[in-house]
This record gives sequence, C-alpha cells and structure tokens, in this order.
Amino acid sequence: MLSFLLHFHPKKINPAALKFTRTFGLGGMAVLLFVLEALTGILLRFYYIPTTFEAYQSIVNLNSQVLFGQFIRNIHYWGSILLILTTFLHFLRVFFTSAYRDARAFNWIIGLLMLVTVFMFNFSGYLLPWDQLAYWAVTVVTNILLYIPWVGESFYELIIGGKELNSNTLHTFFAFHTALLPFVLLLLLFYHIWKVRKAGGIILEEQNQKSEKVDVMPHLVHKEGIVALVIVALLFVLALIFDAPLLEKANPTGSINPVKAPWYFAGLQELLLHFDPIFAAILIPMGILLFLVWIPYFNYDKEPTGKWFLSEKGKNTTLQTAIFSFILTILGILLSPGFVRFEKLLPGFPGYLSNGLIPITIMVGLVWLFFKYRLHSSKLLKEEKIQAIFVFILVAFVILTLTGIFFRGKNMELMMPWNI
Amino acid sequence: MSKTENNSNKKPISRRDFLTLVWKGLGVIALIEVVVIIGSYFFSNKKKEKNNSVRLFEAGTVNDFKNNTVSAFMGGHFYLVRLQDGGFMALSIRCTHLGCSISWEDAKNQFICPCHSSAFDIAGEVLNPPATKPLNYYPVLIEKGIVKVDISNLKDRNSVRKEQLIYA
Repeated sequence: MLSFLLHFHPKKINPAALKFTRTFGLGGMAVLLFVLEALTGILLRFYYIPTTFEAYQSIVNLNSQVLFGQFIRNIHYWGSILLILTTFLHFLRVFFTSAYRDARAFNWIIGLLMLVTVFMFNFSGYLLPWDQLAYWAVTVVTNILLYIPWVGESFYELIIGGKELNSNTLHTFFAFHTALLPFVLLLLLFYHIWKVRKAGGIILEEQNQKSEKVDVMPHLVHKEGIVALVIVALLFVLALIFDAPLLEKANPTGSINPVKAPWYFAGLQELLLHFDPIFAAILIPMGILLFLVWIPYFNYDKEPTGKWFLSEKGKNTTLQTAIFSFILTILGILLSPGFVRFEKLLPGFPGYLSNGLIPITIMVGLVWLFFKYRLHSSKLLKEEKIQAIFVFILVAFVILTLTGIFFRGKNMELMMPWNI
Repeated sequence: MSKTENNSNKKPISRRDFLTLVWKGLGVIALIEVVVIIGSYFFSNKKKEKNNSVRLFEAGTVNDFKNNTVSAFMGGHFYLVRLQDGGFMALSIRCTHLGCSISWEDAKNQFICPCHSSAFDIAGEVLNPPATKPLNYYPVLIEKGIVKVDISNLKDRNSVRKEQLIYA
C-alpha cells in the first residue's frame, strides 16, 4: 500500500510543503472526490436507464425503492459540487502562489484542461435525470452555442442530435459522462501529478527551499489521511441532510420559471442578461479563456517567489482591485438592464453595438482609469499587473455567479434570496 | 526521396533516417484514418435525420380561429396565431434567445419567455430583449378550409414580413 502511494509522492519531502496553508490540500481533495464520484457513479449505473422514456422513472425508483439509493445519489450530487469547488480553489491557489511558470507552465495548461473537463463532467451529468431542472438548464446552456458565428448551428445540432433536446442528446451525454470523460480525466490526472513531481513538488518560498527533508511516510501521508476523513465526513453529512433535487419529468413544452443554468454557469447566464449574446456568450468567455491559457507565457520581470500574492505590494493591489471589481460589478448588475437601457438609448444601433461594444468600452475605460490612476500601473511589475487583471475578472465572475444563483427569482428578476 | 535524387544536399539521407521518415509518414496516415473513421462515425447518423419526410399537423378549420387570437398546440410545439387581418402564422414555442418555451399572456397581449423575460408580439416580433430575433415559424398550408402546419420544417428569420403570413 505504502509503496503504491509512493508512486504519487517522493520518498522525502521538504517540511515547508507539509504546512496545510501552503496548498490547503486542495489538489488532493479533488483527487479524492474524483475517486468517490467514480465509485458512486459506478453504483448509480446499475440502476440508471439512459433513455428518455425510462431515465426519470429509474431515478424515482432509485430514490424510493433502492436501499441507500437516495443516499448514494446524494453523495454523487454533493461530491460533484465539492469537486468543482475544490478544483476551482486549487486553480486559484496555484495562481496566487505563482506556481504556473517555467517548469510548471505546461502543467498549468493541463490543469486548465482538467478544470474544463470537470465542468463538462458535471454538465453532462446534469441532464441525466431527465427532469424539468435538467432539461431546461441544459437547453439554455446548449442554446448559447447557436450564437457562435457560422459554425454554431451545426455544432449545436451535432451535440444535441437534432433541433431540440431528444433521446440522442441524452445518449450522447450519457456516453460522455460515463465513458469518454472519465477516461480523459484519468489520463490528464496521471500526467498532471507526474508533472508536479517533475517540477520538484509544490512551489515553496525561496527561504524554505533548502531545509532538510523529512519522510513522506508518516509526515505527509498521515496528514492526507486526516484531510480525506474530514472530506468524507463532510460529504456524508451533506448527503444525509440535503437530498439531490428532482423535479417532475422533463416536459419540452413547459419551461419552469425561472430556468437557471447549472450553478457554475450562473455567472455566464447572468452576463447574458446584460450584454448582447455575441459578447456575453462568445467573446468575453473566449477572451478570458485565452488570457488564462496565456498566463504562463508572458515575459515576467522577476523569478517566481512562491509568495502568496507575489509581494506586499501584490497583496495591496489585489485587495484594491477586488474592492473595485466588486463595486463596479454590483453597479453594473443593478443599473443594466433595469435603469440604463442602452438598446433604448441608442435605438438605431444593432444589438452588438448598443448592448455590446458600447457598454463594454465604457467598462473597460473605467477599469483602465482605475489601473492607471489608482494602482499606478506603470510602477507595477508585469506579474502584479497580470494578477490585478486576474483578480478583477475573478471577483466579477464570482459576483455574477452568486447573483445568478441567489438573487434571481421568477422571470429572472432581481430579488432577495428569501423572497425566491 | 532516394539517394540519387539528393544531389544538391551535401548529406545524403541515411537508410535509418529514411526508414524513420517512412514510419512517421505512416503514423500520420494512420492518424488521419482514425480521425476520418471517428468523424464519419459521428456524422453519418446526422445525415440520416435530414431526409425525413414532411409531417403535417392538422390544427382545425379556418373558422375555428378568430382574428387576433392565439391558439396553443403543444403537441406540435407551436402557437397558431391569426392576426388582425386574418393571416395565419405558426410560431415556434421556442424563444430565440436560449430556447426556453414561451407562453402567451392574454392580459399583456405578448409572448413572454420565463428564462430571461424576452417578450414578443402576436406576430413574433421582439418587444423586449435579450432576444434579438423574431420567433421562428413553421409553414402553414390551408387546404379545403383545413389549417395544416408543416412541423418538420422549422424556419428562422431576421424580421417579420407579410409574405410569411398565409390567408384563407
């Protein structure tokens, strides 16, 4: 058992790497959750029937007739949520300790691919119960594809297997969820861990890099065991208290109100309420993705320090940018489209200008002014600038997502969570 | 590339390099084959679906529908509307924004989408964004006073025009 574990860990390890707050154990948690998802997923497959006629009923049976059926499904449900959260937090940890450069650059790309795979995993699983929640959430998200110029429609019809969700879609999603994606993620996972070891383990601050090494067993392995037990305990408690949702069987002629995208796409859906779809659905997400892929390959000014937020100055700009982004995003959500209606102010303009380029230019202008005159960006190191841009996007995205999840009620109108 | 053809090159290609090159070439061909096989495997099913026949949905007789009314045909996924001037149009129930199913609100005289509150008038024209395009429609045929809708042939459009209407 130990020798097997040592395939993932070196025999000896720097004591600074053992400190919980260095990584918060997030990568390890994600691996554990992936394993738990795989195990519960295999169990669920023994009862789930992937056809539009029987899928819904098979879940109802699972919940009501099968001993521990609901419990297993709940673990799978909550595990998927925790997996997205831990993967995302792991991604943030890696970014904010600048563990994405040089020997780690390509592994950052692999990590991004894994993050996308985890989203695809969750999204393909979202449809499988074939209830109203699944049907309409997947409908709104897949319809976003139609806004891709030229190839959107054929791409959409390839994925959906028709004009609207049907049995082909269910079967495709099932194949992705239970065959293709597990295979892909497993391959990526092994490669990812191997690359971490090739880079000499996790990133450490310079002053810690030369300390005397200690044995992985017991120092690291025992800690990992404790974290694993805590995660499993948390998952079981969640699964015991909160049931995974299941609405009525999917009805293609009756949307529920409101129709919300899966929670991790709620930010994207929120963006669609404010901007023309060509920006909200295509250009902005693609731009952000491109930026993320590019992050390791900028010409940075200094060697990575491994410090959280780069430096004291970095911490300061991070905090200021976060506050600025918070205020700007909330103002944006409150003002448009409720009060400022660009499409009505500029009636002659096409949507991609009045609801796209013009408001976005104003936003970018404000951000630029903030960077130049508040952060004095000319005095910042390149990595500090990149970090500030990252923080701006991150905070805006988190606020949009939280708004979409908790502050949108009937007809997607803004309201307080307790009124929904 | 054999030795004799390589006069200009100072170093003639060695047997080992040549074989390596051949192997690489074969590898590329094999890869292309895999891509073609997997690609056609996925796309072949799509082609089959395209040549499906016309499916007509009989909505009722012309006189069943008064001017300026909307009738829901959820089985056919359309609303049959008859405008003020007596013209018929079969509007898809799918919002053009993100594909939710719209509902007709008599009090407001509008189609409302529950997802992002897009609104459309009785002819399918956008009244309220985020939708940018008018509702899609199905061709209507009127034969011997019977209103039929071709539900196999969904049409999209960028504007509502007179010629999309069918008169009895």
